[in-house]
Amino acid sequence: MKIVVAIKQVPARDSLLTAATDGKWIDESSLDYEINEPDAYALEEALQMREAHGGEVVALCAGPDRASATIREALAKGADRAIHIAVDDIVDWDTLATAKLLAAAVKSEAADLVLTGLQSDDVGAGQVGVVMAELLGLPHATIIMQVEVVDGQLRVKRELEDGWFQHVGMPLPAVLTIQSGIKKLRYATLMGIKKAKTKEVRSVTPTELGVARVASYELVGVTLPQKSKKLQMVTSVAELVDKLKNEVHVL
Amino acid sequence: MSGILAVLEAGHKLSLETLAAARDLGEKLGLAVHSVEPGGVYTADRFVDGLAELIGLKQFSVVLFPHTYQVRDFAPKLATRFDRALISDVIRLRVDGGSLVVTRQLFQGKMNAEIKPLGEPVFLSLQAGAYRAGDLVESVVEVMPEIGVARQKPEEKFREAARAVDLSAASIIVSVGRGIKEKENLGLIEDLAAALGAEIAASRPICDNGWLPMERQVGSSGQTVAPKLYVAVGLSGAIQHLVGMKGAKTVVAINRDENAPIFEVADYGMCADLFEVLPALTAAIRAAKGG
Repeated sequence: MKIVVAIKQVPARDSLLTAATDGKWIDESSLDYEINEPDAYALEEALQMREAHGGEVVALCAGPDRASATIREALAKGADRAIHIAVDDIVDWDTLATAKLLAAAVKSEAADLVLTGLQSDDVGAGQVGVVMAELLGLPHATIIMQVEVVDGQLRVKRELEDGWFQHVGMPLPAVLTIQSGIKKLRYATLMGIKKAKTKEVRSVTPTELGVARVASYELVGVTLPQKSKKLQMVTSVAELVDKLKNEVHVL
Repeated sequence: MSGILAVLEAGHKLSLETLAAARDLGEKLGLAVHSVEPGGVYTADRFVDGLAELIGLKQFSVVLFPHTYQVRDFAPKLATRFDRALISDVIRLRVDGGSLVVTRQLFQGKMNAEIKPLGEPVFLSLQAGAYRAGDLVESVVEVMPEIGVARQKPEEKFREAARAVDLSAASIIVSVGRGIKEKENLGLIEDLAAALGAEIAASRPICDNGWLPMERQVGSSGQTVAPKLYVAVGLSGAIQHLVGMKGAKTVVAINRDENAPIFEVADYGMCADLFEVLPALTAAIRAAKGG
């Protein structure tokens, strides 16, 4: 089974974010980056499927040079090879445009299964997997907690709202978006890190893929969220305990 | 411009908010409000084929959805059929000089982005609370055509075994997020909860890591709670978490990031390192209760 996993590099989760001086995007000058967490789970699912069924796992990532660190990490964890779509201005590509890039790269791979995380921790649109499915003409399902292949058909467990679940069957090839927590994540081993250096990373450009950036919307600017009007900031434990005792009346 | 279509989800509480948004936009943009509530068994293929037919036929300018799990499953595909990107998870809408400007969150609620849609149709999904559900709104009721063959074969919906923990009845909850860093540090939370007589809850990543059982998760994919006091520790407050606890009467947030979105819903906030604060706080609460 050939599985393509689309992964994204995002600012580290504990980053303290500020808006850039022009207010158009965040200040990226001192950020650390890491793999988008739901995509790490998609990669894990792909690796475990390969271990169960055989085949190949191809990591696919669109981003600037810095994305190569995330690609190397995927290879170190066990992906067989990778495709890096080299895009310096990836934040200017909206969900549809990004999905077009990824779908164009997937097309030439003739994969049996395309996996990605259910959403990104940065933009959080939760769409790229579903849009890829439409562009590739493949069936899909989202927010997946379990994947089985039965008689050459997929049977997946979807998470619904309020604690409900549903199994859904569909033919292969297909696109699935994976929910965080589907499996326990592995760490890269020293051997894996060493091997990753010899694995193939193919770099392609949007032009080579024949995809132009067309925007469905314009980002006017970013702002920090407004604090609640009722918020009282306290600066000491004693002050907080006083509030809990005399205003909230729980002590 | 030729009308707004509100795509409603049968039996979902967000549908009324979506309809209220459609009415408001309809008034401001001078567009007629239409609605469709597809029935029958859901599959992404069936909904996309049917709704694409309807939208193509009636040439709607704006298509609104409630931001539900089901909508997340099909609306991006539907928008793609019109070569448009869905603008998902919108928290505010306004009309500025005759054009639409929407606000959505980035970085799990740590930033807000203002976005101007370019071209038509505009596809938007609205997060809970973006609009207050109003009185019943008059709309032209449309029927989704049945065309195409769905490739997905859905089985019956089910729930896992009943939850052993019912957080909805708790009067005090101490809730923990990623800021706790390691499973080994959860003792700090347990001590605070014990001192307060509180139940322990968590944001999704803590449960995904297996540090606490899934049934202690608060948020859109976990439990909805409304305690007298909700103490959020090292928890940034992604929207998926906030929707599960916004019914709390009083919220205390302890976070080292002064811009964390949890402070948007907090009554009392402390910008501090939880590893420094928690032992002192637990001791002070024990002392206050003992005294």
